[in-house]
Formats: sequence, C-alpha cells, structure tokens
Amino acid sequence: MKYEAVIGLEVHAQMRTESKIFCGCSTRFGSEPNTQTCEICIGMPGVLPVLNKKALEFAIRTGLAMGCTISAYSRFARKNYFYPDLPKGYQISQFEHPICEHGHVDVAVDGETKRVRITRIHMEEDAGKNIHEGGGNYSFVDLNRAGVPLMEIVSEPDIRSPKEASEYMKKLRTILRYLGVCDGNMDQGSLRCDANVSVRPVGQKEYGTRAEVKNINSFRFVEKAIDYEIRRQIRVVEEGGKVVQETRLWDSAKGITESMRSKEEAHDYRYFPEPDLVPIAAERRWIDELRASLPELPDAKKVRFVSAYGLPEYDADLLTSEKAVAEWFEEAVKAGGQPKAVSNWMMGDLMKLLNGDNREIGDCPVGPERLAGMLKLIDKGTISGKIAKTVFEEMYRSGKDAEQIVREKGLLQISDESAIEKTVDELIARHPAEVERFRGGEEKLLGFFVGQAMKAMKGKANPQVLNELLKKKLS
Amino acid sequence: MELHSLGIAELRRMLDKGEITAKDVVSSVCSRIDAVEEKIKAYVTITREEAFAMAEEADRERAGGVKKALSGIPLAIKDNMCTRGVPTTCSSKILKNFVPPYESTVTAKLKERGYVLSGKTNLDEFAMGSSTENSGFHTTNNPWDTERIPGGSSGGSAAAVAADECIAALGSDTGGSIRQPAALCGVVGMKPTYGRVSRYGLVAFASSLDQIGPITKNVTDCAILLNAISGRDLRDCTSAPVEVPDFTAAIGKEIKGMKIGVPKEYFIEGLDPAVERAVREAIGKLESLGATAVDVSLPHTGYAVATYYVLATSEASSNLARYDGVKYGFRAEGKDLVDTYMKTRAAGFGPEVKRRIMLGTYALSSGYYDAYYKKAQQVRTLIKDDFEKAFREVDVIVTPTSPTAAFRRGEKTDDPLQMYLADIFTISVNLAGVPGISVPCGFTAEGLPVGLQLIGRHFDEETLLTAAFAYEQSTDWHARKPAL
Repeated sequence: MKYEAVIGLEVHAQMRTESKIFCGCSTRFGSEPNTQTCEICIGMPGVLPVLNKKALEFAIRTGLAMGCTISAYSRFARKNYFYPDLPKGYQISQFEHPICEHGHVDVAVDGETKRVRITRIHMEEDAGKNIHEGGGNYSFVDLNRAGVPLMEIVSEPDIRSPKEASEYMKKLRTILRYLGVCDGNMDQGSLRCDANVSVRPVGQKEYGTRAEVKNINSFRFVEKAIDYEIRRQIRVVEEGGKVVQETRLWDSAKGITESMRSKEEAHDYRYFPEPDLVPIAAERRWIDELRASLPELPDAKKVRFVSAYGLPEYDADLLTSEKAVAEWFEEAVKAGGQPKAVSNWMMGDLMKLLNGDNREIGDCPVGPERLAGMLKLIDKGTISGKIAKTVFEEMYRSGKDAEQIVREKGLLQISDESAIEKTVDELIARHPAEVERFRGGEEKLLGFFVGQAMKAMKGKANPQVLNELLKKKLS
Repeated sequence: MELHSLGIAELRRMLDKGEITAKDVVSSVCSRIDAVEEKIKAYVTITREEAFAMAEEADRERAGGVKKALSGIPLAIKDNMCTRGVPTTCSSKILKNFVPPYESTVTAKLKERGYVLSGKTNLDEFAMGSSTENSGFHTTNNPWDTERIPGGSSGGSAAAVAADECIAALGSDTGGSIRQPAALCGVVGMKPTYGRVSRYGLVAFASSLDQIGPITKNVTDCAILLNAISGRDLRDCTSAPVEVPDFTAAIGKEIKGMKIGVPKEYFIEGLDPAVERAVREAIGKLESLGATAVDVSLPHTGYAVATYYVLATSEASSNLARYDGVKYGFRAEGKDLVDTYMKTRAAGFGPEVKRRIMLGTYALSSGYYDAYYKKAQQVRTLIKDDFEKAFREVDVIVTPTSPTAAFRRGEKTDDPLQMYLADIFTISVNLAGVPGISVPCGFTAEGLPVGLQLIGRHFDEETLLTAAFAYEQSTDWHARKPAL
C-alpha cells in the first residue's frame, strides 16, 4: 500500500526585541546566568506583567506578512504547569484569542509552488533554562531567558513531505529575517520547531493518528526527524499495529524519535484568561501603518529580480533568500555592475569567501560598489576575468579597491599587440615540435600555447588579442 | 486625649501647627501597641525601628518647610503588600522568611507622602478567609470582645485601627476582606473601584477581584488615604487610566435629593435581626438627611457566592503555583523534584489555602472548564448588569455589610460553607468591580459593632464618601472606642 504523510508544524520564534515581553530586562543571549532578571521575570510575589508594545508590533508585522487576519480582540491566557524553569508556575501565552489567524506561506518545492496555510500566530513568554552541571544531586536554573518574547506560528496540516517541511521552515526563516523580528538561528534556539506527523493510505480522506515530534533543533534535522517519523509510523501500520497519540523526542545523535509521554500522561494545562493583562484591541490605524511599512517580501522581490534585472529564477531565488544579500546585489547594480555579472560573482567567489570565514554579507569587507568597480575594469579590458579572481580575493583580504590592487601588483592587462607578439614569437621559436603538430591538425595544442604565453606574461595578456595572434602566427 | 486615638486629619492639624511632632505620635502609637497588642495580636511584624526613623525624617522635613499629605502618620499595612526590606509573609508559613527586594506601588506612594510604617498586620493566609483564623501564625482578636474574631481577611488591619494600634491602615478586599472586618471592628473600610488603586506589589489572591483600600477611624481619613493611593500605575495595566479627583472634596456635601437603593435580596433569612434593625435605622437616618430610599432588585445576588468561589479559587490556584520551594520562601527537601514540590506545598500552606487551590484546579480542569469557570464568568456578567441597571435608578445602594456581628473564635472554623456566607453581602461588589464602603451603624445588644455598606457606581467613590460622611456626622457610632 502507498502511504501519504500529513504534517503540520508549530514553530517557536524568539522575537528580537531589546527587552523582555512583560518587563524591562534585556533579552541579550549568552550573558552570565540570572544577570538579566528582575522581580517580574523571576515571578516574585505580587508582581505584574506589562506587555512590551514592540513584541505586539513584531507579532502583527509577522501576521501581516503572512496574510493573516489581525484580531480585533486578542487576549493572553495562562498555561499552568510546574517546572523549575517556569518561575510563576504558569506560562503567559495565548489560547482562545491569538493575535493573528488564517494566513498562508507559499513554498517552492521542486519547481512547484505549494501553499501552506497558517492557522494562527500567538505571543507568549519563553521559559528559563535548567542547567545540569556539577554532577551533584541538583540542577541550576538560569532565568535570563524567562520572559523573552516568542511567537508561535502554527500551520495547518498542509505539508506532505519532509522536503516540504524543511522548505517551509526555510521560508519562514527568510520572512522572519526580512521583517527583522527574529534572527532565525535554530542552533541557538531562537527558532524551534515541533512537528505533528501522521500517515494515511493514499486516497484516504481522514487523518491518521498523529504524533508530535519535539526537539528538532537544527535545519538539517527537520527533514531527517520527520522522515524517520513517517517511516516509523508506516512500519507500525504495516506490521498491523496502531499509531498512538503521543509526544516523541527527536534524538539527533541516534537519528530516531523516542516516546516522551503518551496522551494519558499529557498535561492538563488548565488554560484560562490571564487576569493581570487587559485584552488587546490593536487600533486599525496602527495596523494599517504597520502594513504600509512592511518591507518588500521575498516572493515579490524574486519576481522583480527576474523581470527588472533579467536574472534566471535560480539566481533570483538565491539572491532574495536574505534581505541583506538582495540589498547588496541591488547596490552593486546601482553602482554600475551588470546584473548577471554581479549575480555570478556574488553566488561564486563572494559566497565562497564569506562561507569560508563564517561571515554574513553585512560583515563583508568588500562593498557592493567595489565589486561594481572591479567589473568595470573587466569590461574596459583593464584586467582579465582570470586576473579578476585574484584581484577580488585581494580586495576581500586587504579591503583595498580593485584599481589600487591592479596598480600595486602590476596586474594591468596587456592588450598591446606588439608586447604580446614578442612573447608569441619567442614561444614559437622555442617549441618547433609543437608548432609542427598544430599545423598538422592537432588544434587542441592551441591551449598549450595560450597557457605558456599566459604563464610567461604572468596572466596579464588580453586573452582575445593573444588568441588571435597565436592563431595568425601558427597557421 | 491620647495621640494614638486620633485620626489622620486631626493629627495633621496638630502637626502642622507644631503642637506635636511625628516622634510624639509614633511614641504614642508604640506605647499603645505595648499596652494592648498582647490582647489583640493584630500585627505579624512591628516595625518600631523603621517607624522612629521615618518619624524623625518626617520631623526633619517639616522643620525644613516640606509639607506632605501623610507626613508623620503611623499606618499599618496588611502583610500581603510588599515592603522593601521588611518581611512580607501573607501570614503563610510558605513566605515566613520572605523579604521583598521591591516596594509595592501603594506603599511607595505612602512613602512619597511621608507616612510612618507601624508594622505589617495579620491576615487569613493569602487573604483567604473571613475571620483571620486562617493565619499561619496566630489569630487576631476583636478589640470589642477578645473572645471574638475581628473578621477577615484584613482582620489585623481592622483590629489595629479599632484598638488604636495605628492611626489608619491598608487592607485588601477580594470578596469583602476590607469591609467585613471594618464592620466587625466598628471602623470605616472601603474597597475602591477595581482599577482605582494599583495592585503592583499586592500578593495576588484572585487578580480580577483583588483591590487595596483604606481602613480608617472615620470617613474623612478614608478620603485622605484614598487620595494618597489612587491612580493609574504603569506597572499595573489593570489600573484604570481615569482621573483621580480630590476625594476630600466629597466630604461635607449635602445628600439632599440623593437616591438610595435598598435591594430586597440583601434582607433575607440568616440576617441577624439586630443587624437588620441597625441598617434599617441607618436608612431612616439617611432619609431624614434628605435622601430618598427606593426598593431596587439585584436579582442574581443568590448566585454571587457560588460564582465567587469558582472564579476566585481558579485564579488563586494559578496565582499560588509560584510557591514551589525553588526560588524563595519555604522549602521542604524531597527525594526528587516532584517530591520537593509536594512536601513544600503540603507543609507550607494551611488547610483553607489547600482547599481553595484544589477547588480552583478542579474548576479549570479540561472537561470542567465550561461548566464551572466559563459559566461563572457568564454569571459574573449578569451580576455586573444587575448593578448597572440599579444604578440607572439610584445613586448608591445600601445594605448590611455582614449578616452578623463578630462571631466567636472557632465558631465557624469546622464549616467552611458557613464561613463563606460571612461574605454574602460583600462578594457581589467585587464581582461587579464597583466600589463599596462600610461605616459603623450601631451596636448589637452584646455591644458588638454593626456595619452599613454603601455601594456606588464605577469610579464614583465620591458619592459614597459624601453619603457615608453625612451619615457618620449624624451619629456618634464612630466616636465610640472599645474598652481595652
């Protein structure tokens, strides 16, 4: 029998606000434990939460970018459970009245566009962290993260394959980063993903029983964990068993999911409206302002890159995956770079160098106008494309501009026929055997002569002039 | 006349004239505490040193020409409001050693106005109770008859005011916890409109019902103290962005033409005849001052206690989850995490608190939420509507504050339901969020005080104060003092 997977994702995104969602403490990552806490986020008696307006703004912007309806009436709710990293004994979240509902995200999978519907986006506070260190019969609690604002983005069960799931995650990350509301770093936990996975025979309408897979903490594992879970469930069904509703934990070291708790052991969170926070009625005017101030989003940008710059879809897709990359591209073009040439250099040498240094484009030592400047030198024939590779790397390492490097290193391309002719004549004189073979029809030896000439001229010969001269002299 | 027996307004006049110093006042209050506290046991913590230091500061400021509304006035604070550096226990073993590193908004406001902290007063643990017998430490006795309870949960504050162990006090009121003890101790107590006073730093019992208010020796002092603590607080988003009038301006206005509503649902079986007589006489007195009494109906009154005990316990079950032995307060070590939670909470909370946590946890449980919590919220809306309708006809509503005068210690401790009914006349006011005040309106044959409750429209504490003051001035109930 053929099976089909049905997948919905619950994605937690840490919002990049300066301060926490219900108090003024900093949200900075990586500080000494418990240095970014106050009586509010450590849940002392008598304290009260006050909503950070920036967090609300970020959630609304995200909702608008994903085509959601922004609720005219939204409320926080308490999710009650005991855990040492949860200082109040409840998490302030949203339940019945999330801030955003009914949106969608379009994902390109194997050349097809797939629409994944967004059920809801809600705001909540993050919990702290338990640290198991020292080996004793105790744990430490770090509450720096307690109260950091999160968005939970819940999709409809519209995803049908692990590949779609990972593409959806990547697309969410791209959108969140475009909006500047989340840095999208799965390894540091600022983007987390739980997957609801079920399988059913192809053609069946009803959903199978689903399992929730937690702890998928890297982009690499989105596909792997879901793929494993689908295979596991199919195996269970084919062996005559039944998939049980449960929460499973992805173990990345073993590459498997393991049961964490069954439906019977599931928590009763006893949700009820948070009485310490007043309902949110976001003003229409403010929402309209936020809508108007949304940046051009990746889908729109990609379409424009194809039509305005004549780029292939592939290039446009890559260049628009990060807002900063797209902006870099457009600045280089504005500075006079030919779009396709800029794209080639960016996707090639530039990305290679950045990746090698683990750098973001924002930290690139070569500015877009410098690349455009170098491209002009190629166009003018001042340097060859081959030399340009050396020049570009030197620009990247030294921070100097192309002209300066060309000048200092004497890399100017030699287009003067007489200078090249001299080298060519010497070559022909030195290699009579090869000349004979070439003339005898072994035309691929032209490459040998080009190579030798370039070597002699330290790569500076204008390849076109050299080629023509060689052909003329050899024939 | 001893200084400790006076009210805020009188002491301020004397202080302003330079007849006395703040140090004189605090000395008088401290000697009174020395004399009677053993009998009353109103306080959990007496802050003698802080009080003298604050009084000295007040005298220094006054000498320097600085005039503050409460400069040098010793006030007692219910021990569920956080005071920086001073233990704040909620009369619970679980917070016995808790010293807040921050100040509640109300006490910060009192500090700005120069008050002197005389101490932190006893309460039913986490403000859950009507007799102060649920304190985790000791019971407080009624100054009018020390065999009897002072009411609750702000029993310590009310008793301290009645026994002149302070000049005035702050209490908190979730279902009657200011008004009922004020009535039983023969003093004035007001629960302001929900949102009038910041709850920041008030240890939460039921967040949507809790409100801080004054307990004073007379209505004028109530207005003075309300002036000091009212107002929008950016730390409490449920505090209302409404303007705060000068409440003392409501004192002394005539009540001619005022319409007072008498709800038939409040004169029912179980109402002590002595209480009913005193309240009826008070209504007659108000009429003689020019007010018109009319019958009104608050038809959903009968559901108030049930509604309250679903909502308040639901919120409490969540509010009290933070006392888990992990971060602060009492911890009983267990063999693992869950065992530590269980041992800590089993030993740290008293029986009434546990009862309410269990009730609330049950009411919020999946499968029961709609039947209990949601239904109770709907009834709450109906109760609110009852008041809105009534207030289209009348300016204030008058009722007994409590169905009986102070009862004996232990009389109701074995029957929680009987105890819950002590708040039958005050609970609706919290559910509706409207303001209510209790003023002394007579005594029973045994010499126990009876309270008259006046209920007003949202954010119309002024009308309550006007009516209460007019009534107070036409009687001398408030001038009587218990013989101690």
